[in-house]
Amino acid sequence: MICRFVFSGSGGQGVITAAIIMAEAAVYHGGLNAVQTQSYGPEARGGAARADVILSSEEIQYPKVDRPNILICLSNLAYSKYTWLVRPGGVVFIDPHIIKTRRTADARQVELPLYENCLEALGTTLPMNICLLGCLSRLVGLVTPEALEKVIENRFSGKNAEMNIKALHLGVDLVTRLPEMPPIQFL
Amino acid sequence: MPDSPIRFLQGNEVLADAALYAGLKFFAGYPITPSTETAERLSYLLPRVGGKFIQMEDELSSMCAIIGASLTGLKAMTATSGPGFSLMQEAIGYAVMAEIPCVIADVQRGGPSTGLPTRVSQGDVMQARWGTHGDHSIITLTASNHQDMFTMTVEAFNLAETFRTPVILLFDEVLAHMREKVTIPEKDEIPIVDRLVTSVPRGTDYHPYFPREDGRLPMSDFGGSHRYNVTGLFHDMWGFPTDKPDVVNELMHHLVNKIENRVSIIQRYKEYHIDDAETLLISYGSAARSARHIMEDRRKVGMNIGMLELQTLWPFPRQLVQEKTKNAKYIVVVEMNMGQIENEVRASVNHSDSVYLANRVDGQLITPTDIKNFLRIIHGRGI
Amino acid sequence: MSSMTQYLRTRFMPHIWCPGCGHGIVLSGLLRAIDALGLEKNDIVIVSGIGCSSRLQGYVDFHTMHTLHGRALAFATGVKFGRPELKIIVPMGDGDALAIGGNHFIHAARRNIDLTAIVMNNNIYGMTGGQFSPMTDTGKKATTAPDGTIDRPFDTVSIATAAGATFIARTTTYHVHQMIQILKKAIVHRGFSVVEILSQCPTYYGRKNNAGSAVDMMNWFKDNTYKLGTKTAEEAGEMKALGIFIEKDEPEYCDRYKTIIQKVGSP
Repeated sequence: MICRFVFSGSGGQGVITAAIIMAEAAVYHGGLNAVQTQSYGPEARGGAARADVILSSEEIQYPKVDRPNILICLSNLAYSKYTWLVRPGGVVFIDPHIIKTRRTADARQVELPLYENCLEALGTTLPMNICLLGCLSRLVGLVTPEALEKVIENRFSGKNAEMNIKALHLGVDLVTRLPEMPPIQFL
Repeated sequence: MPDSPIRFLQGNEVLADAALYAGLKFFAGYPITPSTETAERLSYLLPRVGGKFIQMEDELSSMCAIIGASLTGLKAMTATSGPGFSLMQEAIGYAVMAEIPCVIADVQRGGPSTGLPTRVSQGDVMQARWGTHGDHSIITLTASNHQDMFTMTVEAFNLAETFRTPVILLFDEVLAHMREKVTIPEKDEIPIVDRLVTSVPRGTDYHPYFPREDGRLPMSDFGGSHRYNVTGLFHDMWGFPTDKPDVVNELMHHLVNKIENRVSIIQRYKEYHIDDAETLLISYGSAARSARHIMEDRRKVGMNIGMLELQTLWPFPRQLVQEKTKNAKYIVVVEMNMGQIENEVRASVNHSDSVYLANRVDGQLITPTDIKNFLRIIHGRGI
Repeated sequence: MSSMTQYLRTRFMPHIWCPGCGHGIVLSGLLRAIDALGLEKNDIVIVSGIGCSSRLQGYVDFHTMHTLHGRALAFATGVKFGRPELKIIVPMGDGDALAIGGNHFIHAARRNIDLTAIVMNNNIYGMTGGQFSPMTDTGKKATTAPDGTIDRPFDTVSIATAAGATFIARTTTYHVHQMIQILKKAIVHRGFSVVEILSQCPTYYGRKNNAGSAVDMMNWFKDNTYKLGTKTAEEAGEMKALGIFIEKDEPEYCDRYKTIIQKVGSP
C-alpha cells in the first residue's frame, strides 16, 4: 500500500501541522512508514503553504509527491496551482466556503464544509486543519481517529488540546452528514 | 512517544540526536539554511545533558571553537551548509594537521556562492575532499535515509576518535528537511569509540605526535597531566614547529596514510542485486532514494539492474567500486552535481567508457522518472 | 623571585625573535606575572594566532596552542567554554587581533568570556616582512606603503570599550613593572580582559620609519606616553595614556551558561 497526499493552503491555516500530525499518527500508532516534506524558502513565503506526505506499508524511497492520490486545497491559489497534479482516480478535497470550484482535473472533488462547521460548533475556524484530519480518517482510512487523538494530546496542551480534540471529532462526525460516496482507491 | 524508540523526525533533528548518542558534549555553530534545525535542537538538548552549546560570530570561529573544545577532551561538532562550509575550510585544515578529532556536518544546498539556499544539491563532494589547502586525506560519510543518517553520524564520531581526524558528514537539503521514521538504537547497540587517552604517567615525557605501533595517537586533555604544544605548522613528536625535511616528509605520509591505508576499514556501502546487474546504478545521499526506487521499479519489468550505494565518499573506495562494477555493462552514476563522483568511478573501473552520468543540477531532487529517461537513452531506446 | 626558566621550554630555544624585538620583554613580563600569582602550570593554557607575537606560546611550559591567523580568540573560546576552570591567555599581534581577527575580538569582548587577550602592538606585520597594519599611524612607511600609509589606525582601547570588554589596559615594553602589575590584574579578572602592550619592531617598523635602535624606540615609548589621569586631552596631544582604563564586574559567559545548566540540566 502506498498513498500520497498534498496538503495545500495559505500560511496560518495549519496545513503543514496537519500533514505532520497525520504522518506521526501513521508512524507512531498505525505501524506504517511515512515521509513528510514541505516547501521552504521563497515558495513558502507570500502566504502559500504546502506539505507532502507519503504513507506506505513498505519502505518509502523517492520522498517527494509529484502526483498525489489525495490533494487538499484550502486556498484558491493552491487549488488552481495543484489540481492538475492529482493522479487519475484521485480525490481533491476542498472547502466550498473558500474555494471557487472548476472542473480541471480527472479527479473527484469532495467538498468538506470545514469552515462553516468549525465556526458553528467551536466558534472559531482556527482548528480547521484538525477537523480536516477527522474527515480524512473516515474517508481515506489509514489513520484512525484514536491515533490522531493521541498525537494531538502529545503535541498540544490545555485548552488548545481540548479544542483540537473537539475539532477532530467534529470532522469525524461531519463525514456521516456528507452525501454517500464510493470508497477512495489507491495502490 | 517517549516509551517507544520510534521517532518521526527531520533529518537535522536526527543528526542532533545521533550526535548526542555518540557522546557529543560541545556544539558551536552559526545559523544557515538548510542546517539550522540541528543547532536549534542542540541549543535545547545540550545544557540538559551537561553539554555546551555556543552560537559563534561566524562559521570560521565555530570550527575553531570545536577544535579548542575537543582539546579539552569533549566530543565536538558543528553543522553548516555550503557557504559556511567554505568558511570552515581554513580550520578544517588545522584539525587535519594538528590531528584533532571533530565532526563537521555539511547539509548541501545549491552552489556555488549563495546559490540555492533552500534547494538540494550534492555539489560539495569535492569540497569535502579538497576544500582545505595542501595535501591531506579526510573521511567523509553520507546517508540516504534517516536510519542511516543516525548510524553514519555515530560512525563519524567513532572514526574521528579512532583516527584523530576531522570527519565530514555530507548530507543534503532533502534529507535534512524531510521527516521520516527512525528507530533510536538502544544504548550500546551501536558501539561508541571513546577518546584514546595516553597512559603515560604525569611527570614522564609525553609525545603527543608519536604514534603507537597500531598508528594511533593517544591524547591528553588540555588541563590534564601533560603540557604540550599544538600547532598548524609541520611539527615534531612534541608538537613543536619544524621544517626539517625528514620530519616534514614523515608527517605528511602519516597524515595521508593513516586514512588511505585503511580504506577497507572505513568504507561503508550498501548493495542491491549486484550479481545479475547488467546496468549498475551507483549513487549516494538523497539521490540514492530515487535510484533505488527506479531500480526496484525496473526489476519488476525484467530489467537486470542493480545498485551500489556509497556511504563512505572519502577515502573513495576504489577497489570496492572496481570489484562491484566488473560485470556491469552500463555503470550509471546518479548524483546531483556535474559528475564529482562520476569522475572517481571512471578512474576506478576497468572500462571507463561504460560509465555514464545521470544527474540533475537545478535544485530539484532527481526523480525516478529522470533516471528512467537517462537509462532509455543509455540503452539506446530513445527517450 | 624564583627562576623564570622553570616556565620555559628551553630545548626549543633559541627563539625566532630579532635582536631588539619587544616581544621577549612581554614574554618575560607575562611569566613574572604568572609566577607572582602562584598559578599552577597545568591550569594555564596559552592560545596564540599567527605572527611574531604568536610564537610566544611555543617557548612556555603550559598547555599551548598555536592556531590560525586571527582566530586565536575563537579557538580560545572553545577551550575556555569546554573547560571553564582553566586560565586562558591569548597573546596576539596587532594585525592578528584587530585586522584578520577583528570580528572575533569584538565578539569575545561582547560575550565577556573569561580570556586574557594581550595585544602586542608593534604597528607592523613583522613575520611577513614589514607591511602596514591597522595600528600603523597614517603617513608611516611600510613595505606595502612605500609612500606612507593613507589608512587611519585603530585605537585598541576604544574598540575594546565599545565591544564591552570588562578589563582594558595599556602599557609598553619600557614600563615593565607596570606591565607585570597590569597582567596580574588582567589574568585574575573574571571576564574578557584586553591588555595592549606597545612593543618595538626595530627590524621593520623602526628601519622603515627612521625610528632608530630598539633603545631609541623604547625611549620614545617613555617620552610619548603618560600615566592615565595625569593630563587633560589638550595637554596629552598625540601622547598615549597608560594604565587601566576599565575594570568592572559583569556576569561572565561561562558562569551565565552554568546557571542555564543548573536550571534545566538533569541532576
